[in-house]
Amino acid sequence: MKLLRNPEREVFYFRTRLVAATAVVLGGFALLLGRLAVLQVIRHHDLYTQAEQNRIAKVPVTANRGLIKDRNGEIIAKNYSAYTLEIALDQVRDVERTIDDLSKVVPIEARDRRRFHKLIEDYKRIDSVPIRTRLTDQEVARFAAQSFRFPGVELRARLFRQYPLGETASHVLGYIGRISPGDEQRIDQFADPDGYEGTEFIGKIGVESSYEEYLHGTTGFEQVEITAGGHPVRTLARSATVPGQNLVLSIDIKLQQLIEKAFGDRRGALIAIEPDTGDVLAFVSKPTFDPNLFVDGIDPLSWDGLNNSPDKPLLNRALRGTYPIGSTYKPFLALAALELGKRRPDSVTYDPGFFWYAGHEFREGGPPGGHGMVDLHKSIVVSSDVYYYALANDLGVDAIHDFMQPFGFGQITGIDLEGELSGVLPSSEWKERRFHQKWYGGETISIGIGQGYNSFTLLQLAHATATLASGGVVMKPHVVRAIEDPSTGKRRLTVLSESVRIRLNPRNVEFVRNAMVDVNLTGTGRAAFAGAPYHAAGKTGTAQVIGIAQNEKYNERKVEERHRDHSLFIAFAPAEPGARPKIALALLVENGGWGAMAAAPIAREVFDYYLLGKLPPAGAPAPHDDGVEPVAAASRQDAKVRR
Amino acid sequence: MSSEPIGHRVGPWLRSRLPELDPVLLAVLGVLSLVGLATLYSAASDHPGRFGEQLRNYGLAAALMIAVAGLSPRMLKRLALPVYVVGLLLLVGVLVGGVSVKGAQRWLDLGVMRVQPAEMMKLGVPLMLAWYFDRREGAVRRRDFAVAALLVLVPVALIVREPDLGTALLVLAAGFFVIFFAGLPWMWLGAMLGGALASLPVAWTLMHDYQRNRILMLVDPMSDPLGKGFHTLQAMIAIGSGGFFGKGWMQGTQTHLEFIPERTSDFIFAVYSEEFGLVGNLVLLVLFLALVARALTIAHQAATPFTRLLAGSIAMILFTFAFVNMGMVSGILPVVGVPLPFISYGGTALVTLGMACGMLMCVQSHRKMVQM
Repeated sequence: MKLLRNPEREVFYFRTRLVAATAVVLGGFALLLGRLAVLQVIRHHDLYTQAEQNRIAKVPVTANRGLIKDRNGEIIAKNYSAYTLEIALDQVRDVERTIDDLSKVVPIEARDRRRFHKLIEDYKRIDSVPIRTRLTDQEVARFAAQSFRFPGVELRARLFRQYPLGETASHVLGYIGRISPGDEQRIDQFADPDGYEGTEFIGKIGVESSYEEYLHGTTGFEQVEITAGGHPVRTLARSATVPGQNLVLSIDIKLQQLIEKAFGDRRGALIAIEPDTGDVLAFVSKPTFDPNLFVDGIDPLSWDGLNNSPDKPLLNRALRGTYPIGSTYKPFLALAALELGKRRPDSVTYDPGFFWYAGHEFREGGPPGGHGMVDLHKSIVVSSDVYYYALANDLGVDAIHDFMQPFGFGQITGIDLEGELSGVLPSSEWKERRFHQKWYGGETISIGIGQGYNSFTLLQLAHATATLASGGVVMKPHVVRAIEDPSTGKRRLTVLSESVRIRLNPRNVEFVRNAMVDVNLTGTGRAAFAGAPYHAAGKTGTAQVIGIAQNEKYNERKVEERHRDHSLFIAFAPAEPGARPKIALALLVENGGWGAMAAAPIAREVFDYYLLGKLPPAGAPAPHDDGVEPVAAASRQDAKVRR
Repeated sequence: MSSEPIGHRVGPWLRSRLPELDPVLLAVLGVLSLVGLATLYSAASDHPGRFGEQLRNYGLAAALMIAVAGLSPRMLKRLALPVYVVGLLLLVGVLVGGVSVKGAQRWLDLGVMRVQPAEMMKLGVPLMLAWYFDRREGAVRRRDFAVAALLVLVPVALIVREPDLGTALLVLAAGFFVIFFAGLPWMWLGAMLGGALASLPVAWTLMHDYQRNRILMLVDPMSDPLGKGFHTLQAMIAIGSGGFFGKGWMQGTQTHLEFIPERTSDFIFAVYSEEFGLVGNLVLLVLFLALVARALTIAHQAATPFTRLLAGSIAMILFTFAFVNMGMVSGILPVVGVPLPFISYGGTALVTLGMACGMLMCVQSHRKMVQM
């Protein structure tokens, strides 16, 4: 390479380099300008949106869940604020150790741990899992002082559902629980799924579930300006949170408590309805459970205890238990006989204690030798099976079906609770559909005493009794009477007018009612209603649980407790001529044996309280054996031997 | 080219006292500093102390600039070798016994103060090379380029070991500019470019993971928007959301809600862009262009090879700082630790820049003296 000797040339070369450098500089700045123009003009809109998204967080503000009150305003479901200790799973490396360390600061029991793990298992997407709920003030203070040791463990104030009456009316109330994947699908079907943002709990069963959309309210939002670290700076805008609406139940919670106490530890169900309105005054299914257990996630041991108990406390017997209703069916059949002209009040049938049909003997459980000459009135009062064997035979299954259907037997009543079962109101068409078999005449006989294929819920029986009490006015039964605006206290009734009116001859209704009044005055219910200052119409019933061979004698003592007959009773009062009944009920004591003994005394307590405000003597549940001689006017129904 | 128009108005007063100060540079630097202070005031609203500290830094930088401007080119030339040698020794010292900050050993604790020797080399290397080529005036041979390359690569290698890739690249660039202006044959330049491109895969394997990530993020910042790409992405959002006119001073949401990382130092350009928009950016680019253009003019007018090379390389160093910083913040260059000249918070960078400008003024005020 030649040497650059000439300084002039060197300067010239240098200046060409300067020109090149200037070109690079201009090129560089042009490139920058181009880049900035792309970002600030072409991509401005998009990037501006992203900056806004950075800046503004939509924070859901969940609504207070509506309260649930009984018909007299007593609160039976409410909310309270409590502190929970929650672990953010993605921020805690060793969860077990953290819990161990935590347990030295606040007590954490084995059941808390079990529930914690179950929550993680059940709700995979959950990110903040409560390890302890309802901390005391002292525990809150202790943790707060040590909280720096537990990154990822947070103390949160949360609203909890509380059922202050515990087990009372839990089958009506139901409970709320954490939102499961299944619930999410349900929420998507709601009118306003966005109103659920930030909500953690949802009604699972009972009115908590069936009125979920009223109780929940609408989540509001706050638009909050936040820093990159997530700290709120100021609130920019808010959309109002609409609190959930209160429910006013038709249930009289004092009555409900009285009945649940009267049942004691017996299994069974009772529904009491106000005939004029369809208000369900009491809705009892025993045994019950404590809905509070479910609210913050039931721990597995308690769950197993409830779920595996032979008493099935989680089964809503009133809504989902279907039973043969025994002799409580008879007043309805008597009415059918009158309305359809198959019997006149003075028609007499001879009851020798048995009924022959096509070579089979149908026995009855009454006194030896039967009830003798029985007219329609006496057939109800003494509960003559033979009378109704013959009547059912004369009516035929399809006429019975057609007459009973409007009363709601074997039909969904449409009560405002989910999971209602329809049971079976048999007909020849039903049998054809169900078994692809024709109806045999012999199968009609036991229909007459509420056995056979008959399978109804207690709710249906109570509903039909209320319809009978009101002379054929069908009011759709409901447990929620009104929806109440929490701020104004304005109430809106849920059921306003009658659903259907069954055309009945008032004289026929009067006739049946008088016979049912005599049941409690002189018949099978007389012991339970001895001395009552009002007239109550009633009918006892005993429903067979297992088939007993016709040549075997039913002996209550010998039969295992769970195979004993169910004890039933229907009633309404007051039942004086011209009086409007205020309450109608149906009740069943599972394996309670004879209806007059186990069931009727409970009905007496209900009426005494509801009509007279009289409480039963403190302490003991309703008497089991009320000094009635079973033989006197007994009616024990046996279904015929099955084919 | 000439400073006469401004000189008529502002010049006489300044020249009466400090005739060596260049009025054009002074004016541009004054405006840049005001822009810088305004931006920092907004960016550091949650670090109230920084504004005052930065004022002090400007004062220190101005004092050093005036002091250096008052030197003679001959004096600068004499300082070249000692500065370079001391710088090199300090770089070794850092590697042996430096203070580790955020995983990199860049600081040397001298008892009274901490220094960043790598920062010294941003000016030490061009000074040294300008001195070297000046000595070979009129007789530059091929091996002189080889020697020059060695003089650059030794400190660069030491800085890479710290590791501080950003500064190493800047020092490399500073040295390269001198070699370029000294007359590196175009053929060689082409070959070096080709070689650099070819060695990219090798460089890739030698890089640290975090360095590789920065390059990957450049290609696709959305691949990890909350992790490695977060800085670049948030800076780009800040710039883009500023739009044409910007959100207004103190109104940048990305800035004030802390979405912009390092918003007072390396990423302050994002703050500026968000609040002043494309219009503001245009102003800033014009200011930097004026700065670089003035420096190139000074190089053009310089009297000796030493001052030419020094001024030329300083001009390009200023350009490189500004370009690399704005390029990295706007997402066209990988993230390296380069502050925005005269705007970013930080004393070290300002001191270096002040001295560089002092050197430019020194060269300019001695343009007519022919050195022996």
